[in-house]
Amino acid sequence: MFGLNKRDTGLIAIVTVLVILAPFILNPFPEGSAMAQFNAGYPDLMQRFVIFGIFAIGFNLLFGLTGYLSFGHAAFLGVGSYGAIWMLKLFSLNVIPSIIMGVIVAGIFALAVGFVSLRRSGIYFSILTLAFAQMSYALAYSVLTPITGGETGLQIKSTDSPLLSNLEPGEIGRASLFGLDMRSSFEIEMGDWLFTFNTGYYLAGIVMILAFYLAIRITRSPFGMMLRAIKSNQQRLNYTGLNARPYTLAVFVISGMYAGLAGGLMVAMDTQVGPERMFWTASGEVVLMTILGGAGTLIGPVLGAGFIKYMENIISKINKGILEQWFAFMPDGIEDLLITLVYPFVGKGWHLTLGLMFMAVVIFLPGGLVEGGQRIGRVFRRRDRKSEHAEADAAKQRNTPAE
Amino acid sequence: MGILEVKNVGKRFGGLQALNDVNLSVAENSVHAIIGPNGAGKSTLLNCFVGKLIPDTGSVMFDGQSVLGRKPYEINQMGISRVFQTPEIFADLTVMENMMIPCFAKRDGAFRMHAIESIPNEKDIIAKAEHMLEDMNLSDHRDMHAASMSRGDKRRLEIAMCLAQDPRLLLLDEPTAGMARADTNNTIDLLKRIKDERDITIAIIEHDMHVVFSLAERITVLAQGTPLVEDTPDNIKGHPKVREAYLGETQTAA
Repeated sequence: MFGLNKRDTGLIAIVTVLVILAPFILNPFPEGSAMAQFNAGYPDLMQRFVIFGIFAIGFNLLFGLTGYLSFGHAAFLGVGSYGAIWMLKLFSLNVIPSIIMGVIVAGIFALAVGFVSLRRSGIYFSILTLAFAQMSYALAYSVLTPITGGETGLQIKSTDSPLLSNLEPGEIGRASLFGLDMRSSFEIEMGDWLFTFNTGYYLAGIVMILAFYLAIRITRSPFGMMLRAIKSNQQRLNYTGLNARPYTLAVFVISGMYAGLAGGLMVAMDTQVGPERMFWTASGEVVLMTILGGAGTLIGPVLGAGFIKYMENIISKINKGILEQWFAFMPDGIEDLLITLVYPFVGKGWHLTLGLMFMAVVIFLPGGLVEGGQRIGRVFRRRDRKSEHAEADAAKQRNTPAE
Repeated sequence: MGILEVKNVGKRFGGLQALNDVNLSVAENSVHAIIGPNGAGKSTLLNCFVGKLIPDTGSVMFDGQSVLGRKPYEINQMGISRVFQTPEIFADLTVMENMMIPCFAKRDGAFRMHAIESIPNEKDIIAKAEHMLEDMNLSDHRDMHAASMSRGDKRRLEIAMCLAQDPRLLLLDEPTAGMARADTNNTIDLLKRIKDERDITIAIIEHDMHVVFSLAERITVLAQGTPLVEDTPDNIKGHPKVREAYLGETQTAA
């Protein structure tokens, strides 16, 4: 369907269902219960899941297919965000033009950065992209303050009056989709459960499904095959009459535009931007997401993004009080011991947990979470086959007359 | 006038004069072998044909056009394909994908932004690639990763990939290096068949005299960066200068 094969259609169908039902799926625990803090079904976090999903999908097109490891992708996200917020401030409070602007600005910037950086490959390419990103960050912080708002960043102010809006003087504009406020939600209560459906989340979710669909098409296209060929053997590619440069530049720009799309959506959800969005740790995070989920796989980056954002927002909220609650049923001495042991891994220590999990994945599952899933699937299939064999053997024995 | 005309080519690496005033003419639709002892400059010369190296002096003309200063992919698009000493294939891709890539390169040129098309719709490419695989007896490996094939199969795949572009000149850099006798003979037969079936010029660098004398119509002997003689295989066999170069009889003769 839609030019996809059966498996890919199935994959995108699953993703679509998950995105639509996320407010239910991510809120499995009733409000007020001890487990409620593991609920991730609130708009702010769900938006982050899908937006970082888009960011990682785009990054994976570059890194997963060609093997070029960009260490400065957050710069495109940041530049896209700045483009988007200026559109909201000056042109229209509708988020569509602002998101499009984010994509365009990031694409142009990626063209410039890619043109220079792609002259080198391997570690030198990574360093060049990192240098560009840190330069952008430093500039946004200092000399470009008139455009970027410097340290405080940019937000919609009461003095802003976009061209296509009729705000009362002094009214602060709100980002909307043809009049539908991005921040509006409606809630359903079912017994003890509370489910929130947020406009912004669904906009971002639909955009992510489209972005995911496009990424599958690109991966399965002849162009995608050429990109994998670049990763596999660039020498053979050159001696097969193919010029690797425009291929890598094209995918670099596409990847930058995905980052810009993510940046634009961030602005649409929460109308503010700061330069820290371009800091190198933000670039590193998308690398982690992609590798954790499974570089070069279709769904991996989305999983990785969800995983890291969940850890960042949920594990980091567990504090000493909550641990005490959990272990309250134990004898005092053991309780204290357990709390002391667990405490470094939660709350502010969530990075430690993430780091350990990342190491475990890289060492034991080089293909990321996707490989983990495949291995589990294989174990089950093997067990099925074994039990079939066992039954067949049993049947055979029953049919053999006893001597 | 040959399809490949090499005039006065010289190349120096630091203190080493790797090539010195090389003149060579490869006639169209012939099999031309370049032989010589280790370090004679055979590979350096080949690298000057394909754009990997640019000679310090002289000219290399392919079909009346200079190849010097052009990128490898441009030279390939002119009609020169190269087979490497160790098979260079796309190891992480399937055999079929390996075969399709040169078909795309032949049809679409050095770059085309076909990012939305889907591969199953490229009927003509698939047909051509499958035909080439069948012709090379590789159809059984169609969906295998190229990396998991045997050395001989990899070699055949690489040759098939080069042929898929219908090159006018096929350059082979020691195609049977490290092969068992049986594989070597298969490769010889394959190259003979290619020669018979196509309008193609083959230039081959080879150590193995068995291969050279079974295939070549002309032989150039290179020693210390300079061509010693160029002649037919029969004349080369007994040529005193060749024996000198290979057996090092210079001093005893002097």
